[in-house]
Amino acid sequence: MTDAGEVAEAVDAAARRSYGRLVAALAAPTRDLALAEDALAFAFERALELWPGAGVPASPEGWLMTVGRHRITDVLRSAAHRTSVVLDEARDAPAPPPEPDPFPDRLLALLFVCAHPAIEPGIRTPLMLQSVLGVEARAIAAAFAVPAPAMAQRLVRAKRRIRDAGIAFEVPDRSRWSERLPPVLEAVYGAYAIARSGSAGPDLREEALHLGRLLADLLPDEPEVLGLAALLHLAAARDDPGRTVFVPLDEQDPATWDRALLARGEEYLHRAAAHGRPGRFQLEAAIQSAHGARAITGEVDREAIRRLSAALVRVAPTLGARVAHAVAVARVDGPAAGLAVLDDVAGADAFQPAWAARAALLAAAGCEAEADRARQRALELTVDPLEREHLATRMPRI
Amino acid sequence: MRYTLLLHYPEADEQSIGREAIEAGMAAFASYAEALDAAGVLRSAEVLQPSSASTTVSTRDGELRIQDGPFADTKDQLGGTFVIDVPDLDAALDWAGRAPSATWGAVEVRPSAVRFVDGSWRPA
Repeated sequence: MTDAGEVAEAVDAAARRSYGRLVAALAAPTRDLALAEDALAFAFERALELWPGAGVPASPEGWLMTVGRHRITDVLRSAAHRTSVVLDEARDAPAPPPEPDPFPDRLLALLFVCAHPAIEPGIRTPLMLQSVLGVEARAIAAAFAVPAPAMAQRLVRAKRRIRDAGIAFEVPDRSRWSERLPPVLEAVYGAYAIARSGSAGPDLREEALHLGRLLADLLPDEPEVLGLAALLHLAAARDDPGRTVFVPLDEQDPATWDRALLARGEEYLHRAAAHGRPGRFQLEAAIQSAHGARAITGEVDREAIRRLSAALVRVAPTLGARVAHAVAVARVDGPAAGLAVLDDVAGADAFQPAWAARAALLAAAGCEAEADRARQRALELTVDPLEREHLATRMPRI
Repeated sequence: MRYTLLLHYPEADEQSIGREAIEAGMAAFASYAEALDAAGVLRSAEVLQPSSASTTVSTRDGELRIQDGPFADTKDQLGGTFVIDVPDLDAALDWAGRAPSATWGAVEVRPSAVRFVDGSWRPA
């Protein structure tokens, strides 16, 4: 007999270690993610029932995998039994072949599946959170601020599409990576961005970091993958999940930052830089690192941040990068120079950071009335309640 | 898996783009079909006459309605179909991207559901 608590712990540990790997390996033969997830849930239930009597198996993952596979075979058989001849043949055919190593590259393949160009960009991050990490649809819906049934339905539809369109659970050929890897990075970054937003619970932040680490473990020689892991850790180091007031980056007390996360982020960044192939995420991480350096040197190298943000705008001219660049310029060359850069940013009328930056730059330039109008506009666009409160009571500064 | 590549593109004729361009297009389609065939993935290929040759039929209340012209009068028209049998979507997308008309139109890639062979419907 094994203690029920011990069993629950072993099941939890297997889920944490291998949820995505198991889903990926179970889904590969049929390309049916929903079926794989259901089968794995079934296997976990059986483990909770059987392990207390039989003991925790030597390879919990192997056990779960076998039970999951049998479950899939059973489900497909009974489905085939119920339906016509047509489906009978279709579903009976792909009996999962036994694999000596249960998880070769399967997890990486699953990440590529979730961010496949044939999958709508908006659902890629939720898909990853659910299929790779096992985050429940309810939690994902809350983070994305959409009703739970709507999110669940979108996930079901995306999974059905993966199966029906025939997206293979295989790692694409290396020659394809220049086009196929960026959406994977984007989706992992999306998990982090959503985890930081006001509506997400603190657990999701951990999950997003987990995704970033996982990808870096799988692709340790891709500088942008390492850059992304660095970015996530450096930014997370400064997140205070329990914060009750908004504190602008420059006014944060470095003593409150998480040193372990900072160190990990620096390590990833260092490894990425060794490849000598800079890219968007490495530059963003380097900017975070320059801010983080305040924890050690007490100072921020503004010139370095200006240079890095200019480089970032060249490789990834997103609105966020362009606004940040304007602020970086202002910090070195003064508010007028920053405003000139900001004026060139097109399409930022509904972009909150652009208005917050404009307010700060105008205030620094002594244009009080205009600054206040910009601040009002920023306030209208601010979603995060803590930042709203901050902005409502104080003019942003640079 | 079987996929049908639906080739949509703006219609052109000798008057609009010239004889040379038409011939170049035909040659490109010839080598495309040969490449598909040589790879052993081609199941069928049809290049259609222009939609001006099309007639559209429907029945309402048991009455046959016949209309001249295509089903939808749009700038891009269905110009041809290729049925291919490949392992997965990526392979299908690859072949779709190599279709000559991908440069002047768009190729829709649709997986087959079932097909009728030897007197019965079968899974594609």
